[in-house]
Amino acid sequence: MIVGEQKPISEIKEIIAPYKKILILGCGTCVKTCFAGGEDEVAVLASALRLACKKDGKEIEIEEFTVERQCEDEFIREGAPAISRNEGVLSLACGAGVQALARRFVKIPILPGVNTTFIGVLEKQGVFTEECSGCGDCMLAIFGGICPFTRCAKKLLNGPCGGSQNGKCEVNPETDCAWQLIIERLKILGQMDNLRAYVPPKNWQTGLSGGPRKLVREDHII
Amino acid sequence: MNMKASGKLQEILSKGEFAVTAECGPPRGANSEIVRKKGELLKGYVDAVNVTDNQTAIVRMSSIAACTHLLQMGLEPVMQMVTRDRNRIALQSDIMGAYSLGITNILCLSGDHQSFGSQPDALNVFDIDSMNLIRTVQTMREQGKDMSGFELKGPPAMFIGAAANPFADPFEYRVIRLAKKIDAGADFIQTQCIYNIDRFKEWIKMAREEGLTEKVHILGGVTPLKSAGMAKFMNNKVAGMDVPESLIKRIAGVPKEEAVKEGLKICQETIAQLREIKGVHGIHIMAIEWEEIVGEIVEEAGLLPRP
Ligand code: SF4
Ligand code: SF4
Repeated sequence: MIVGEQKPISEIKEIIAPYKKILILGCGTCVKTCFAGGEDEVAVLASALRLACKKDGKEIEIEEFTVERQCEDEFIREGAPAISRNEGVLSLACGAGVQALARRFVKIPILPGVNTTFIGVLEKQGVFTEECSGCGDCMLAIFGGICPFTRCAKKLLNGPCGGSQNGKCEVNPETDCAWQLIIERLKILGQMDNLRAYVPPKNWQTGLSGGPRKLVREDHII
Repeated sequence: MNMKASGKLQEILSKGEFAVTAECGPPRGANSEIVRKKGELLKGYVDAVNVTDNQTAIVRMSSIAACTHLLQMGLEPVMQMVTRDRNRIALQSDIMGAYSLGITNILCLSGDHQSFGSQPDALNVFDIDSMNLIRTVQTMREQGKDMSGFELKGPPAMFIGAAANPFADPFEYRVIRLAKKIDAGADFIQTQCIYNIDRFKEWIKMAREEGLTEKVHILGGVTPLKSAGMAKFMNNKVAGMDVPESLIKRIAGVPKEEAVKEGLKICQETIAQLREIKGVHGIHIMAIEWEEIVGEIVEEAGLLPRP
């Protein structure tokens, strides 16, 4: 899923400062799962903002609404009436959701309320970890299912750097060294040969360095 | 090792003589005098001078420029190159540029992560890794081609170095990684600073058993300790460093004013042991910002005169 984190309230206050009537629009998919922008977070943020604005002596009208998915037109539509009757929209979706709204409602400022951070998994309750950077050419098959492009701080393809110690990454002792994990996993899988093989430079063209990507599924176009 | 590069370091190593190199960190500024001063301190005592590339991710004079200053003084530089700051286009271009200036040795590294440096807000590149860089320099030399397969006009023929850290984890993988670096094209290997000689011996024994010490020249890294504080700092704070408790205790056990002397004594003992180990072809002295001590260390070790 896409993992994100709500912006600090002080920053949100600055972002919405120019408006008197705003809609906080949540998204019921990824950001709900990571407690950044689902219905509950919309409600909590709205109350907090109302309170904070009152304290500051600022008049503001805050409306709340949550759609199932902000990155799809079909779901955005449900929010259209609420969006149209406000001066601005504070979106609690990921960056894709914010842009999907901006594309649809060109005349209304769509403001981000969430810092979108990564594609990750729920490691345990309340803990999310980054796993994939969407490189467009998945090589997990040779790395034992652990992505070095994303989880090694140096994107190393050919084994651990000299700073890997006690299974932890030199860059952050809280983070597992991706290469330690890869080696352990390949050992279990009996695929240690993968470690001996030279991995040539990655072709980044399929990634973001080739510019923004587009996926066309001819078979699904109607 | 089908080599066309021809520098002193390569010559000494291929003759089977014991090589001595030292490290030189460029200044945080454009004053070439500082480089020359360091060069003067090392001249006559070492076979080549290894010039760091924005070491510990702190912005400094470029390695190529500092190497060039040393070259002009008649010293042979080893240019370090990290993949942290440049993509493959810039790396290849700088390799050709460096060779055109007369730099014939390169040490291929991934580099310290920028979060350790003075500008942690920088974007890192890591387009390719150190293994890929080694292979790139080798392909340029052996096939005369760049990474795209383009035939170069006057391909650079560098003598290729790589790093190895026998003290990092996972230990059993360290020899596999060494083998990979040799396959990719490394001619010589510079190791992390050696304090835990037992672990080093274990590592090199594994390398010998795989026949690796026959295929590559290994230079053992040494750094004289100045105090118990430094020993502890290296052990706890420097990634991939292993200073055994017994050494820390030994330095802590002498009066403060004797610590430097004790550190140098340990350094001499390490060098003496390294010279006895089969498969070690030289030493690399990393006296960080203490270049004036290098001459003394080499002399004391009986490694003078240099060829
Ligand atoms: S290899 Fe690419 S697609 Fe696969 S997990 Fe890593 S970043 Fe994601
Ligand atoms: S310690 Fe491991 S994860 Fe961290 S940079 Fe080095 S190889 Fe990558």
